[in-house]
Amino acid sequence: MLENILSDPSVQFFLFSAAKIAVVFGVVMTFVAYAVLVERKVSAAIQDRVGPNRTAPPLALKIPVLGRLLQRWGMFQPMADGLKFILKEDFTPAYVRTIYFWLAPAISVIPAFLTLAVIPFGSNLGQQKMVIADLNVGILYTFGIVSLGVYGIVLAGWSSNSKYPFLGGIRSSAQMISYEIAMGMSVVSLFLISGDLNLSKLVEWQANHGWLVLYQPVSFVIFLVAAFAETNRLPFDLPESETELVGGYHTEYSSMKFALFFLGEYANMIASSAMMVTLFFGGWSLPFLGKPAESLLGGLIHIGIFIAKMIVLMIVFIWVRWMLPRFRYDQLMDLGWRRFIPLALANIVATALGVALFNR
Amino acid sequence: MTKVVDRSPLNFYEKTYLPALVEGFKVTARHFVRTVKGENTATDLGDGYYPEVPWRVNEGYRGAPYLVRDQEGSTKCVSCQLCEFICPPKAIKITPPGPEGQGADRPNAEKMPREFEINMLRCIFCGLCQEVCPEEAIFLQQHYSLSGLSREEMVYNKEKLLKLGGVHAGIQKWKHKLEEAREQESFPVQVD
Repeated sequence: MLENILSDPSVQFFLFSAAKIAVVFGVVMTFVAYAVLVERKVSAAIQDRVGPNRTAPPLALKIPVLGRLLQRWGMFQPMADGLKFILKEDFTPAYVRTIYFWLAPAISVIPAFLTLAVIPFGSNLGQQKMVIADLNVGILYTFGIVSLGVYGIVLAGWSSNSKYPFLGGIRSSAQMISYEIAMGMSVVSLFLISGDLNLSKLVEWQANHGWLVLYQPVSFVIFLVAAFAETNRLPFDLPESETELVGGYHTEYSSMKFALFFLGEYANMIASSAMMVTLFFGGWSLPFLGKPAESLLGGLIHIGIFIAKMIVLMIVFIWVRWMLPRFRYDQLMDLGWRRFIPLALANIVATALGVALFNR
Repeated sequence: MTKVVDRSPLNFYEKTYLPALVEGFKVTARHFVRTVKGENTATDLGDGYYPEVPWRVNEGYRGAPYLVRDQEGSTKCVSCQLCEFICPPKAIKITPPGPEGQGADRPNAEKMPREFEINMLRCIFCGLCQEVCPEEAIFLQQHYSLSGLSREEMVYNKEKLLKLGGVHAGIQKWKHKLEEAREQESFPVQVD
């Protein structure tokens, strides 16, 4: 009886998808926690500081050398931070619009995770393709979901009913909408070359023909900059801008609701790094490891390659934050509308001409 | 002589933000590498970090202001209230002894404060009190990390300030005045 149910393909599909979702979610949450730690440590090193180096659970220091070392590297800090966020008082100011105030953090965190669904993070593991949803309109789905992310921030800004969050919300809507256009257009040229919207197919194409960043460097630069703007990272963190808007859209938030925004930002970073790896850096493939894996070990190696590439891009995200000052609002809009959108359009035209001439 | 700063418009290369990126990366990478190699202040503290290994205060550092005693252990402050008047954040509050109050704890000096309070939550360590004091009775000393559990605790009274301040030896103006006055009485000039 049970065997009959388990051998049913749709049940199998359901079970394997559920397992993949659980694992990906777990891995991403761990990544978020430790990305914060890496960010703090890297920023500390860049600014001649030490960074978190004294959190440790009671018994951890009893471990001879390792305990001290882990404490010094701050490896326990994410746990303490998580615990703090959960236990802190969740304060809702009296003047906010309560329903939207509660809704906003959820809306800002969900799209970040949803975009991960279409990203192929490995080739095969056994019989299973290592992508949660192998959509043949993968990239369209991604852009559809990513543009939902702005609603969380706009809602937070509006429902907080005070001036700084409001300004943050306005900035965010203008910034994210305008950079989304440049981002979407930069990607068009990739699909002109590869000829398929499915991200798994795109990775396979890159495994056979070489990384797309070599074919489309302009497109990569535009996508990278737009990704910084979409994830609200410096130098485009105008919705937050601690120095002028006291935290921007999440000024009125505390405890776990604030943590959700925080989580959303880092999950977005992870999602866009994963997206860039998939689109430009050949996903799970390396030049000499291009074939979809046939053994379990090969599959794991492919996943490892994907994660390694992603970590490199995450460090780029983190490093740039301490490298460049924030753009002024008008400079930001100028860069988006008058530089990147025409550049992306020109790139599409040039690519289309190139494809038409050489791919006959 | 005026130095004219060149503010010519950015050329094309500079407008691409590339030089800013390169320079930014160079600066951050330099600091990163130095910190990792342990050549920065971040790792210069020897066998620990700040709260366990206190910061080495340099000579001439100006921290919290405390009252001092002279080498004979008497209060130097004469309650003139100049520091109270000059204090920009109004952190100092002096209660003078009044007409019937007790005099100074040393001969010949007229008075000393009945109470002398510095609110360390208000004090900005500016040093004007030290500068204005005609008696060299208050000095900015090396304490920089003041902490307490309540606001009341952070108001340091005369007793506490004197205890923390210690001794500051110097010219004992009022002692010399006293000696001069005594000498006046026994001055060996006889007028007939």
